[in-house]
Amino acid sequence: MWKWLHPYAKPETTYHLTGKFIPWFAILSVILMSIGIVWALLFSPADYQQGDSFRIFYIHVPSATLSMGIYVGMAIAALCSIVWQLRLADASAAAMAPIGAVFTFISLVTGAAWGKPMWGTWWIWDARLTSQLILLFLFLGVIALHNAFEDKVMAGKAAGILTLVGVINIPIIKYSVEWWNTLHQGATVSKMGKPSMTLEMLWPFIFSYMGFIFLIVTITCIRFRTEILARNGMRQWVREIAIKEGS
Amino acid sequence: MSDSAAKLHIEQTAALSYRAAFMLILKRDITLAFRHKDDVINPILFFVIVITLFPLGIGPDANILSRIAPGIIWVAALLSTLLSLDRLFKSDYNDGSLEQMLLSPHPIFILVLAKIFAHWLLTGLPLIFIAPLLAVLLHLNENSYGALMLTLLLGTPILSLIGAIGVALTVGIKKGGVLLSLLILPLYIPVLIFATSAIDTAAMNLPFTGQLAIIGALFFSTLTLAPFAVSSALKVSTN
Repeated sequence: MWKWLHPYAKPETTYHLTGKFIPWFAILSVILMSIGIVWALLFSPADYQQGDSFRIFYIHVPSATLSMGIYVGMAIAALCSIVWQLRLADASAAAMAPIGAVFTFISLVTGAAWGKPMWGTWWIWDARLTSQLILLFLFLGVIALHNAFEDKVMAGKAAGILTLVGVINIPIIKYSVEWWNTLHQGATVSKMGKPSMTLEMLWPFIFSYMGFIFLIVTITCIRFRTEILARNGMRQWVREIAIKEGS
Repeated sequence: MSDSAAKLHIEQTAALSYRAAFMLILKRDITLAFRHKDDVINPILFFVIVITLFPLGIGPDANILSRIAPGIIWVAALLSTLLSLDRLFKSDYNDGSLEQMLLSPHPIFILVLAKIFAHWLLTGLPLIFIAPLLAVLLHLNENSYGALMLTLLLGTPILSLIGAIGVALTVGIKKGGVLLSLLILPLYIPVLIFATSAIDTAAMNLPFTGQLAIIGALFFSTLTLAPFAVSSALKVSTN
């Protein structure tokens, strides 16, 4: 069963495979996102309560949920690297960390921009906002630990351990923050309930969500390839690529 | 040393029981710490100074101070633990004895646990004795003293255990201090939340056993899981 996976443990094979995938993912992402965003911004109905400012939802929610997904992806890669000693899993985790941090940041910024007209403030210490902020700190910690080591193999292992510790902690932090918030604030801030979506709103959301997924996959592949090249700089095949592309 | 004597020596050390190994490391770490008393006293002084800064910054109003006292005490405890964490593995890493410990026939789990316990005895325990004094300075509600002591008693070992993971990861790095705080502080958040809310609840004369139970659960899960993370991190750091 594992036999067909074996060739891809070799960096060169994986490098060329991801190179073939990137255009497809990129095209899919562009198509889905342009359909989703254009539909969402121009044609889908405005929210009856929030009006047009509701439309930031189509960017905010995908980036927020997927940032959490990227952390889980990183943790799975870290587990694979620790258990099966896969070097490439380290490289993929290293590739994903900055992307996750950026998407977490995007979700915080869009959330603040949405919060200003809706809640009248850029920031409240709401449970979701707080746990998203902490997630950003966790991402930044993993990146900082990665950069602190000279040796990339050591860096990957250390960051992997930290990622796994973090993934155990994420649910604990999330629930403790939720609990903290309900204790301190009560129902003074009228939190927006989950909007019951009509199909006209749901479809553009699905398109833009899928578009975001493929965007992340595309960027991950690009960064993954760069990581592979950086780690195998002394190998013959990398030199050949460098000579071919450089000339 | 002759061959047979060396063999005997190896057999003797291998025969050291888990408990004896634990006690040996514990005694060694405590002795070492008492030879450098500054390392023990400075974090405690830091704890005291940080807490005295808050009334100066916020104003001497007793109502405000008693409202924010639990948070101040706990945040100061987090920071002073963070300051003292460096001592946990650094000197042993620098003189190579850490590597010898990892090579010893005993499970690393035991050795790591002994070192963390020694760290808690030298930094966490003194905080528990000083905290009530500082609570008086901050006009903490009278009902809250029991909760403050209990949360510190259950919570400070968690700080040492989680902190050890961060130290083990950064021990090989030259300037690990600032990095350590970035790695560790987000993981301290649950302890902070539940401890301060337990103290707040106690101030209102309500039962706070729920929060204590959660801190206890956090304590036991970190007690069982953190040493594994620490030992694998040490293996990475010592390469």
